This record gives sequence, structure tokens and C-alpha cells, in this order.
Amino acid sequence: MSFPPTSITQLHQQLRSGRLSAVEVTRHFLQRIEQTNPQVNAFITVCAEQALQAAAAADRQLATGEAPPLCGIPLAVKDIFNTEGLATSCGSRILHNYISPYDATAFARLKQQGAVLLGKLNMDEFAMGSSNENSASGPVHNPWDLQRVPGGSSGGSAAALAASQALATLGTDTGGSIRQPAAFCGVVGVKPTYGRVSRYGVIAYASSLDQVGPLANTVADAALLLGAIAGYDAADSTSVDCPVPDYLADLNAGVKGLKIGLPQEYFIEGLAPAVKQAVAAAIEVYRSLGAEIVEVSLPRTAYAIACYYLIATAEASSNLARYDGVRFGLREQQDGGLLQMYEQSRAAGFGAEVKRRIMLGTYALSSGYYDAYYLKAQKVRTLIREDFNRAFEQVDLLLTPVAPTTAFALGEKTDDPLHMYLSDIFTVPVNLAGTCALSLPCGRDGQLPVGLQLIGKPFAEAQLLQAAQAFESATDWHLQRAPLA
Amino acid sequence: MHSRYEVVIGLEVHVQLTTKTKIFCGCATAFGRQPNSQTCPVCLGLPGALPVLNQQAVEYAIRAGLATHCTIAPRSIFARKNYFYPDLPKGYQISQFELPVCEHGWLDIDLNHKEPKRIGITRIHMEEDAGKLLHGGTAGSRVDLNRACTPLLEVVSEPDMRSADEAIEYLKQLHQIVMYLGICDGNLEEGSFRCDANVSLRPFGQAELGTRAELKNINSFRFIKQAIEYEVERQADILDEGGKIIQETRLFDADSGTTRSMRGKEEAHDYRYFPDPDLVPLVIDAAWIEGVRAELPELPEAKRQRYIEQLGLPAYDAGVLAAERAVAEYFDALVALHPQAKICSNWVMGEVLRALKEKESSISACPLPPAALASLLQRIDDNTISNKIAKQVFEAMWQSGAGADEIIDQQGLKQVSDSGAIEGLVDEILAANSAQVEQYRGGNEKVLGFFVGQVMRASKGKANPALVNQILQNKLGSRS
Repeated sequence: MSFPPTSITQLHQQLRSGRLSAVEVTRHFLQRIEQTNPQVNAFITVCAEQALQAAAAADRQLATGEAPPLCGIPLAVKDIFNTEGLATSCGSRILHNYISPYDATAFARLKQQGAVLLGKLNMDEFAMGSSNENSASGPVHNPWDLQRVPGGSSGGSAAALAASQALATLGTDTGGSIRQPAAFCGVVGVKPTYGRVSRYGVIAYASSLDQVGPLANTVADAALLLGAIAGYDAADSTSVDCPVPDYLADLNAGVKGLKIGLPQEYFIEGLAPAVKQAVAAAIEVYRSLGAEIVEVSLPRTAYAIACYYLIATAEASSNLARYDGVRFGLREQQDGGLLQMYEQSRAAGFGAEVKRRIMLGTYALSSGYYDAYYLKAQKVRTLIREDFNRAFEQVDLLLTPVAPTTAFALGEKTDDPLHMYLSDIFTVPVNLAGTCALSLPCGRDGQLPVGLQLIGKPFAEAQLLQAAQAFESATDWHLQRAPLA
Repeated sequence: MHSRYEVVIGLEVHVQLTTKTKIFCGCATAFGRQPNSQTCPVCLGLPGALPVLNQQAVEYAIRAGLATHCTIAPRSIFARKNYFYPDLPKGYQISQFELPVCEHGWLDIDLNHKEPKRIGITRIHMEEDAGKLLHGGTAGSRVDLNRACTPLLEVVSEPDMRSADEAIEYLKQLHQIVMYLGICDGNLEEGSFRCDANVSLRPFGQAELGTRAELKNINSFRFIKQAIEYEVERQADILDEGGKIIQETRLFDADSGTTRSMRGKEEAHDYRYFPDPDLVPLVIDAAWIEGVRAELPELPEAKRQRYIEQLGLPAYDAGVLAAERAVAEYFDALVALHPQAKICSNWVMGEVLRALKEKESSISACPLPPAALASLLQRIDDNTISNKIAKQVFEAMWQSGAGADEIIDQQGLKQVSDSGAIEGLVDEILAANSAQVEQYRGGNEKVLGFFVGQVMRASKGKANPALVNQILQNKLGSRS
């Protein structure tokens, strides 16, 4: 067995048996980060000292023989999660000096199990982006090809895994921000049903779309992590009080007799040939495993991007109003006045894409435009949700590509925001519908990983993970490591 | 109120709710604490924090809605009102916009006890308060967020009031109601009950409303009257000169008694209201509403009616007694023990409220519980003591906390109804005042009062006045 193991379940066994200690494993990952982060830039903050303390505490707990599955497991979280006593910048200059006084619920649940936090991961500023190029801490480089983007906005969360800098990570997904980077970096990424995981302490981008999820090297690890963070939280009114199943219990149930739908609108012109080919091969794998494949239609797909960029930006324009230089974060004040303080702080603190979205959203909510933009987008959102409901009357799961292409080159789309927005075309509808989906590696385009998206019914994460596990067991894409690793 | 124009007034009242904790977080709502000592990530608007609705605040809103004859919405929505200000930590206020919790209510006001007038209540919605800015000092302005996120109800009336007096009457009624409901401490000075007034004028007979000014920053009933009256004159002067009223927000200045422009319509905010995605729709089922309704106290208007119709009290008495819930409950308890409503009313209004006022105390701190007062009134009723002595006993009870009988016994205040003893006193008085006896016998019967007074004084007030009267008349008459 290689050192250290690449899956949580393996490492947990070795920690429990005493063959490895959490401290030595943590040291290994810290060293790995130190070696590779200058190239990858996945970490914004590394908290070596706290990590080693947490690892030592985990070792003490492991010694008692009563350690939960995540005890001593080295993890990292997107810098969008509040972490008590640690810098939490959200990839923005406006929070460059912000130390959070509290923990996000999802992270607190990992901490409670004794997981070891290695640091905070790079991301597009306020989770706005599809390439991780919109970060005040600089772009993240894809470990499979350092000249390419890792995807976004949870680019650091995916790249850190691909670069073996952590054993699992947390990200957030508002329009594809977990699934698309997972696809670009060849790892597993789960976007749970809206309300499945608490958003408390997760810095808001678009509140009605944001959802926390795990990224991991294997489906089983993702299932384990999801089980740890999921569940009702009284501090988040939108979290849903619905029991959390043991996602590992029937993970190997297989897909025999499962009905998998292929939405015809997702297999379009402009899909990169390698992506098309890899997804077609994946469909054949499912067929061979006994799943029934049928064509379905999600007719409102074409409106999803427009709908998303109205709703998400409208919510963002309001969510980001609190960054005003009054109570925390960057304050710029060359002149005396209050208005100047607001304007200068926000002008200096926010990057171009964030400003663009604040302006778009402010416009969509403005008096006289609200009905034509925001309200209409909400109506379209309802129609898109109906599309999914109808499809799920016919099938158990949907299978699609995650993105039209594999990882593109750094700088390739930065001058063309519309083109960039279109890279989320297959992921955005899921957030609008509020249901669950995941991305898992299903092929290669030369050096670069290709991702497969499975979309499940609301709160049917268990079924989604079972289907993913069946594919993973039948293939070895997940075993392939990035050259940097 | 004005001879040339009809005055049209609508009021927006902010009622600060007395929940122990804030509307969207668990922080305390106590007034006057160390700045920013009652804050947390939620009410500080820290990144990632989320609001959770306080169910007690919802219940208070339902109480207010039911007490003002509103429809309680089975489903209402919280919305964000977006604007920048340093006392507003999130850059938006969580309020309600399109679907408020209560709508379509009314209150009847009764000026001078004539025909009651119905004032419509458009809506009542829930929202969070902002913090406070502390200006001054070389360090610039400071922000105290203790008040941020405390629960408010905004009660919006229809433009149904036609004079400052009607507006004050409506406000006083609303004030009484929220105090009765136990949902607001009613303190105007501390801002627990704040009023904005929309004032406009129009020629009599015109259906269309005139352009209005919104008056803000008024923190007493007297100032509200002053502000409205000033504003009416200001607008009338402009209209008289053929000018036009500008739609604007005006600030009341208590020192000068005037209003001045704060911002015009063109500077008005576009608040960009939209449903708050952090909060789910507020669903209130019929069982909840009925549960709250069952717990509602008898409200001031119902009490007034009952006092007049069932207890036969004058409207004035009913108004005074019903104005404050604790006073009304004291009176109710007293009447239950001593079912002579007018006598009880006289004692509560006369002695109890006077004594409380003298001591700057409140009925809740009254040293004389209703049962103690009832036992005193019983002693008047059974002729143990006179009304006058009773007031003396009342004072002693108030001071010492002792019971009426105990004081009457200790101080020997029991009324003298022994006719032999009184006859002796009468004889002495008549002997000493022969001139007045002559006057009486000469036909001046008013002198009888003089004799009664003399005998009562000689008995130190203890003689039974009825008996004194009777004996005096007998003796004076028998010699004529």
C-alpha cells in the first residue's frame, strides 16, 4: 500500500490499527502542500500549527479505540467557509484581513469528528467564476496541466485533491462550482439537494442556489463526507429536516434495472468530441451493468443560463452589500465622507467579475425592471424545475456531460464573460431545480480528465452515489493520478 | 381642523416588540447596555451568518393583528429592503413587502364620546430594527448594534384621519392595545413606539388625495400633534399662494416645533425589495391563530363598553379605568369583591391613582391589593366607619401595609352609633352655640350643617353622621 493511502476509508483503518499516526500523515500532507503549492496555488491559507495540534488530539482519540471515521483525516475547505480564528477571505481583497470568529456548520461537523484542517482553499472571488481566475490570491493551476484552469469556483478544492495535497475537501456549488472543477481535475464532486447541507457560516453568493458539498478521490469517500456534513441545522432556515441515510450502507447496490435518462438538450453541437466520446462510453458501461437507458427531454434548458445570471446576480447584489468597510474587511478612505468610504472600499476591494455581477443584479432588481427580469427569471426557474420533475417521472437518474469541454487554457476565456458563462450550461439547471447531482471521472481528452454528471431526484443522494459507485467499480479512471501527483 | 382644506393623515407606527431575544438571532434585546455587548455574527451581519425567525415575535404579530381586526395571512414572505447605511449591518433590512403577516384591519376611535369613527389599518408587517449611530467626538461616528435586529411591527393605517386630534386618538388607542397585549413597553422616548405621519391637504369635496409629506422623528404624542398642525399650516400657506406641495420626507424639530425637508422624491431610495432567500415563507395555520385568539386579554375598547353598559359607569370613568391594563385589572378585581362599581371607580380613580401619582409609582407596585381595598370599602358599607375616616384608614394602610380592621381597631376609628353618647355631644354643642340655635329656630335651616360639623369634630369624626343629623333635628325641633 502506498503512503499515504488515497482514500479516507483506507487511512481510517490504518490510523485505527496504529500503523500510521494522524500527526505523521498530517506532516506528510503539509510537506506536500509546501512542495507543490507554488505551482498549483490551491491553498490561500495553510494552518500547519493548528493542523498538527488537531492531529495530535486525533491520535489521542484514536488511541481510545473510539474514533469516528473522519478522526485524524487531513482535509481542507474552500475559503468561503468561516473557520474560527482563521483568515476567511472568500478569494477577495475586501476580506484580505478578515479573521472569522465562528465556524460554518458543515466544517464544524467535520471538526467535531476530529478531522484535521490543513488550510483554506483558493476559489473564484465570492464563488463567482468558472475558472478560478477571479481570485485575489491569483489563479489556481490544474495539476494535470499547469497551463490550464482547474475550473471554478471551487478550483482550489478540486486541484488540491488532484495534487494530493489533501485527502478530501469541501466546496460550494451555485451553478456548477463543485462539479465542473471536479470534472476538470478528475475527482468526484457532489452537489447535494438544496437544503441537504447547512449553509450557515458559508459566505453567501446566491442564497437560493448555494449548496455545500464534498470533493474526494472516490465515491465512497464522498459518500462518507456527505453523511458527515448533511442534515438539518436550526441555524439555517432553508436546511431541510429530513433524515440522513447511511450513504455507505448500500453503496454497492448496483444499477441493475435502474432507469437512466439522457436529456437530448445536453447532447448538442459544440460538445467537444472527446467529451462526447467519453460520455458515450460511460453510457455503454451503465448499459452493460444492467441499467436501462432512455432518452428524455428538458425543454427549457436553453433558458437556464439567462435565468441563472438574473437570479444569482440579483441575490449577490444584496448579499455583498455588507462589505461596506464599516465593521470589517478593507476600508479605503482618502476623503472624509461616508459615501466616499463606501465607494472607495468597494472599488478597491472587489474584482471585475464581482463588480459586473453586482451591477447586473442591482439592475435586475431595480424599480421598473424587477418584473421584466427578476420576476420573469423566477417564473422560468419554476418551469425548469417542472422539466426535471417530469423527467423524474420517467427515469431514476439523468446522465449528462459536466461541461462542454475539458479544462481550458488559463486566460483563454477571461476576456469573454459570456463565453465563460456558457461553460456552466450543463450544471446550472440542477441548481435552479434545487436537486442533487455529482461529477465523476469518466475518461480522458489526451492528458485532461473528462467528467460525467449524474443528476438525481431531490434528496435521492443515496441512489445517486450507488450509481456512481457502480461506474467507479467497473472502471479505473479514479485511480489515475495527475502527473504532478 | 382647517377651514379651507380637508386634512388627510395616514400613520405608520413602529412598535418595538418586547421579546426577550432578537427577531433573527438569540441575542438579548435589553435597552441601555454597553454598546455592541448584545451582538452575534447574525445581527452584526458577518459573512455567512443566516437569520432564523423568532416564533415569539410571530405570535406577538398575530396578537396585534387579531386585536386590530386584521386578517392573518396563512402565508407571508420576508423581503429584503436594500440600502446602505452604517447602522444597517447587512446593507439590507429584513422586512415584509408584498405579503405582510396582517392586513385589512381597523380601529374605532371615539373623539369626545360621540359617534365612533373607523380608521382602516392597511397592514401590519414584521421587520428588524437597525442599530444606532453615536455621533460626536474627535474619533468620528461610532456604531452600536445592540438594537440591530430587534423585532418591530410596522402598523400602517389608511389615510383616514382628518385632524391632528383624530391622529392622536388613533395613536393612543393603538398604544393602549399594544400595551394591553403585552407586546410592547410603549416607551415613546426610548423609541419603543415610533410614529411617522403622512400629511396632505385637498380642497373639500375633492376625491383625489393631495401630495403628501412624510413627517419623521416624532417621539411624543404632543410632538405628533405639533408636527401635524405645523405641517397643515405650512401646506395651506403654499396652496393659498398657488404653490405646489413637493412629495418629500420632513424631519420634525422639537425645539422649534417645525418640520424641515430631509429628502425629496428624486432622492428617494430604490429599495430593490425582493423575497429574502435565507428565510422560508412564514406559514401560520388556523390552529395557531385560534390558540393566540383564545389567550387574548379583554381589550380596552371592550372594557370601556362593558364598564358603561354592564356596570353603569360614566364614559369618563370607563375611559380612565380602561386606559391601562393593570389599572383595569385592579378595578375588575376590586369590583368582583365589592360589587358597587361607582364606589369602586371613585376609589380607584380618586385615591389609588392619586396616591400612585404622588409617589410616582405604578399600579403594579401598589401596596394595597384589591382585596385590602375591598375590605376597607366593606367597612364603609356596614357603617363601621364613615367615608371620611375611610380615607384616613386608606392612608394608614398604604403606609403600613396593615389591614383595614386592624387600623380601625388600633386607632379607635370605629364609628360611634351609640345615640346616648351622641346626644351628650349634641347637647354640649347646642349649649355652647345659642346664637346659632336661635338662627335655626328662626327658620335658617342651613345652620344645621354647622352643627353637624361641630359634633363630628367633637367626636373626632367617629360619630355616625346619619345619627348625628337625626338627633340634632330632634333636639332642635323639640324645643321649638
